Amino acid sequence: MLLSTVIFLPLLGVIAIALLRGLGASAIKSIALAIGVLTFVISLGLYTGFDATTGTFQNVTQQAWIPGLGISYHIGIDGISLWLVLLTTFLTPICILAAWNSVEKGLSGFMMSLLALETGMLGVFCALDLFLFFVFWESMLIPMYFLIGIWGGERRIYATVKFVLYTMAGSALMLVGILALYFQNNNSFDLTTLSGPFSHSDLLFLGFFIAFAIKVPLFPFHTWLPDAHVEAPTVGSVILAGVLLKMGTYGIIRFCLPLFPEAAAQFTPLIVTLAVIGIIYGALVAMVQPDLKKLVAYSSVSHLGFVVLGLFSRNPAGIQGSVLQMINHGLSTGALFLLVGMIYERRHSRMIVDFGGLSKRMPIFAVIFMIVTLSSIGLPGLNGFVGEYMILLGSFVEGAFSKIHVIFATVGVILAAVYMLWMFQRVMFGTLDKTNAELPDLNAREIVVMLPILLFIVWIGVYPKPFLSKMEKSVEIVVTQVKTQSAIGHLEKRVPPNTQFALHGKQHEQHEKIEKEAETSK
Amino acid sequence: MSLELIVVLLIAPLVGFLINGLFGKWLKGNEKLSGWIGSVAVLISLICSIIAFASLQGGGTPFDETLYEWITGESFAFNIGFRVDALTTVMLLVITGVGFLIHVYSIGYMHGDAGYTRYFAYLNLFVFAMLILVLGNNYLMMFVGWEGVGLCSYLLIGFWYDKKSATDAGKKAFIVNRIGDFGFLLGMFTLFAAFGTLDFVAIFDAAEADNFQKVFGTSTLVIATLLLFVGAIGKSAQIPLYVWLPDAMEGPTPVSALIHAATMVTAGVYMIARSAVLYNIAHTGEVVAWIGVLTAFFAATIALAQNDIKRILAYSTVSQLGYMFLGVGVGAYASGVFHLVTHAFFKGLMFLTAGSVMHAMANELDMRKMGGLKAKMPITHWTFLVGALAIAGFPFLSGFWSKDEILHSAWGSSPLIYIIGLITAFLTAFYMFRLIFVTFYGESRVEPDVASHLHESPPVMWVPLAILAIPSALIGLLLGWGGHDSWFHHFTKSVFPEAHHEASGNVVLFMVISSIVGLAGIAFAWMRYSKRVPSTEPTNALYKLIANKYYIDEIYNALIVQPIKNGSHYLLWRIVDNGVIDGIVNGVASVIQIIGGTLRRLQTGIVQAYIVSMVLGIVLFLAYYLFFG
Amino acid sequence: MELQYYLILSALLFTTGVIGVLVRRNAIIIFMCIELMLNAANLAFVAISRSLGEATGQVFVFFVMAVAAAEVAIGLAIIVSVFKHRETINVDEVNSLKG
Repeated sequence: MLLSTVIFLPLLGVIAIALLRGLGASAIKSIALAIGVLTFVISLGLYTGFDATTGTFQNVTQQAWIPGLGISYHIGIDGISLWLVLLTTFLTPICILAAWNSVEKGLSGFMMSLLALETGMLGVFCALDLFLFFVFWESMLIPMYFLIGIWGGERRIYATVKFVLYTMAGSALMLVGILALYFQNNNSFDLTTLSGPFSHSDLLFLGFFIAFAIKVPLFPFHTWLPDAHVEAPTVGSVILAGVLLKMGTYGIIRFCLPLFPEAAAQFTPLIVTLAVIGIIYGALVAMVQPDLKKLVAYSSVSHLGFVVLGLFSRNPAGIQGSVLQMINHGLSTGALFLLVGMIYERRHSRMIVDFGGLSKRMPIFAVIFMIVTLSSIGLPGLNGFVGEYMILLGSFVEGAFSKIHVIFATVGVILAAVYMLWMFQRVMFGTLDKTNAELPDLNAREIVVMLPILLFIVWIGVYPKPFLSKMEKSVEIVVTQVKTQSAIGHLEKRVPPNTQFALHGKQHEQHEKIEKEAETSK
Repeated sequence: MSLELIVVLLIAPLVGFLINGLFGKWLKGNEKLSGWIGSVAVLISLICSIIAFASLQGGGTPFDETLYEWITGESFAFNIGFRVDALTTVMLLVITGVGFLIHVYSIGYMHGDAGYTRYFAYLNLFVFAMLILVLGNNYLMMFVGWEGVGLCSYLLIGFWYDKKSATDAGKKAFIVNRIGDFGFLLGMFTLFAAFGTLDFVAIFDAAEADNFQKVFGTSTLVIATLLLFVGAIGKSAQIPLYVWLPDAMEGPTPVSALIHAATMVTAGVYMIARSAVLYNIAHTGEVVAWIGVLTAFFAATIALAQNDIKRILAYSTVSQLGYMFLGVGVGAYASGVFHLVTHAFFKGLMFLTAGSVMHAMANELDMRKMGGLKAKMPITHWTFLVGALAIAGFPFLSGFWSKDEILHSAWGSSPLIYIIGLITAFLTAFYMFRLIFVTFYGESRVEPDVASHLHESPPVMWVPLAILAIPSALIGLLLGWGGHDSWFHHFTKSVFPEAHHEASGNVVLFMVISSIVGLAGIAFAWMRYSKRVPSTEPTNALYKLIANKYYIDEIYNALIVQPIKNGSHYLLWRIVDNGVIDGIVNGVASVIQIIGGTLRRLQTGIVQAYIVSMVLGIVLFLAYYLFFG
Repeated sequence: MELQYYLILSALLFTTGVIGVLVRRNAIIIFMCIELMLNAANLAFVAISRSLGEATGQVFVFFVMAVAAAEVAIGLAIIVSVFKHRETINVDEVNSLKG
């Protein structure tokens, strides 16, 4: 019930705004913000009520919806989706506040789209029924279409059509996959009753994976992203980068990996290669972008490459790192887009050459921008490092794919510093241009927008344990589902029995556990 | 020693950073206060360090405790934990001791700067990060500090951010350091893959166990130690990643003294000394020693032909760091660290005196425009002379002891390395005294308007100089008397494993040779520069090559930086991204558009035409069912 | 009572309707022809329902009539508004959906 409230409360807000939009702009904004904050506060109940000792779904609600077709309203969260739900409810009120003064036309429509989008996104992360998942997956496209298409920049129609068509192309494949699973699962769409192995699992895997890879976006399916980001309004970019991209990676961890472990193993070399290409390619292309938003967009391609790499590492550290990195990317890239939006509102330009020396004029902005930049670079002590480190470590240690991949991925860490710092230098340092000499520093509202994000950036960097411990069990379940027999044999080969000393503490215990499981399954 | 002590030691500079960073706006009116807050924070750390140091005397056991779990899961545990042993306390004393004096000095040096509070905030943050680096009880903690000091270095080099050369230098430093960090990260991963932990003690114990070497062989350790060394190369500015350090002189001079001479750049040496057990097993020290000695020689040659005071000191730092690597590379870990300590004092001192000169000369750095400063700035002159004599290896001053120990150990490893090291010692003495003679002696070439207010620095600046001059002169004698049986060697014995090569030969003989070489360098510089102005330097090709630093920066730029930049812009972005990928996507779209455009002609807009086709369709269906169904 | 007479009549009515829709240009007449087709279907329903002795067909007729009524309401409204705009109800001249 709590979960349903969280999901549909924003939709209630949509209705409320539709009914009360005659009250004027400030009333609309206040209603939207109140609903956003309320949703976040209620969703905190999900965190406090979450039982970290088990990795199964919690807060489950199941109601027959179209029983004749085996469709039910089945929702629930585990330690993975919990964080994505919280990320969504966290970012939405921030976005509403960020858009406070920047929407000139159709304010009520804007806020309604934003709230409807929230419901769609939350639904995607909570749905445990394939049909329901698909409904939410598609329904969230509509408000996003409007956000870019109505409140976007000059080439907004091109961008929004490209975005929708790209996604639809993937969803069509996924729909085929969903139907195939439906018929193999006694005509039921229920995710929790699905158990492999499925016939044609490699094709099904590809169907799902391509849909998610487009959303992530994995190289070479990424070209919709820079266009969409550049044309989208600030808030659209924040939601797009912060949450929408995570749907792709979430889909991979929820569907591709546990449902089709053999196919996943089979395609891992290819996918991981693409991920690593994406890491380096995204970074290199980001480096030479003249437009701030495009730069951040390409950096997303690079960062999401890390997430995909970690997901396919088949290692608890790697997958946990990936889930954490999803949150991190949502925070730091979301913050970057907010900051870019703030200077855009002042200067009406996003071109790096138009700036320089802003530090002198906007010291508060400079400090916040610096922290966010460093978080994106992955500086220890801030959130980005924890995720990246776990991903790389997990990928390196497990050896599910070649170490060469990890080595190249680590090059991405260097490149991240190159493009971010170069951008920062050109925007913030140097001499102040005359045209920028009158730019005001951040106002109180903008600081309030940024502070919560900064809080989490530091918190996750310094003390990530509350985050990791809640997701640990759920990730473990995914890992055991992914680990096929061959993987266990692989581990045994790697560590001969007489080297027990080399495995310290917890790793040793886990090694024994896996061996025991392997024996019982024989 | 207790956890509380260590936490206070560590947190004090952080608190200083937060006060200056968050409330800097309100402190602006009272910059002295801001400076003293920063200094006192480091003083607290210094006191705690002394307590920690004292508690290790007389066979105190090393401290090793976890503060809290940081990144943990089922199969991995990385904690925030501290290890304080002899090596740590040596580093702590250097960092907080030299750090405190430099903070005090900065109060005067930075006087009147618009970014005064920001400066002290950064400097405190640096001390905090450096303390994490040396206090950590695992490689990950070391890495955290490692990146932290890199960040502070970036911020402080680019402190005067409206100067493009300064921010360029900061960026370059950070990126080159990141290249090194790439090695550090992979080294950590290799170690974790083999040991399942990154804790120093656990790794060293496991590596020393026979069982491990039987199962894994030493190849894992060879790879791991070499990768870690890549990290050290970046941070400690060795060939081929030394290029950032000379540029780093764009930052305020006290920063150069603290970060780019005394502490941060020696982190690589600390790391190898800390990992001594691994390097001993893997036998990779030789690589370290060769890189070290080549860097020492290479950088010393560049220093011969520079005219910028700070750049000479910078290349000298690169060169001296080479010596330290030479020391730890040949297995003389204690000697390498000993040189680190003495170098921190005398090089810190020299940078501060250079700052004092700059302060008096309105930020002039070109020594061709100086000369005869001795008369106007006696304290600065004498303290600089102490530092220069120390680095030149003048008998019984501090550099003499540490450098001699390293060279002595090098002889036991490879005579060739020893000879290159000895030549470098000669070059060192020569370029340092070239600097002294040209700057402080001879005719004054100072421009008249600068000369009119040429003055000795205020007490807040010269007192730290005077204090630093004392250890620069004497610390070698105090700690290093007796060569390999010295107090320092005894104190650090518990940390380092036995060296492979026993230093052989007559100790006194080596000392005599070193002294002669050092004095020869000084004498040679006196002959050449006591009378002459360097603007009359020779103009042959070799000199030009050296004066232009072997064109290394230009070569890197042409071979690495530009190709990556242009390749990304034209090949990846314009051709691959916009051309190929988007071309395919838009191509598919336009094909569909063409098909649709053809088909739409069927849509005539005449209702009856639609109905006719409908009826025809129905008829056809019916006919099919009637005749074939 | 012979079922086929009713069906033949129904078919004739339906054909008349189809031809009317196809050949006439006046929207009102096309509309009336459509009604004719609907009623042809109704007639067939009623006749078959009667001969089978089942009420289902007659129930359908009510549905069809209700739909037809709704259709008339909307259709006529459209035609009136088209006439207001264009001053014609000749369907050949109302072809803005031409591709």
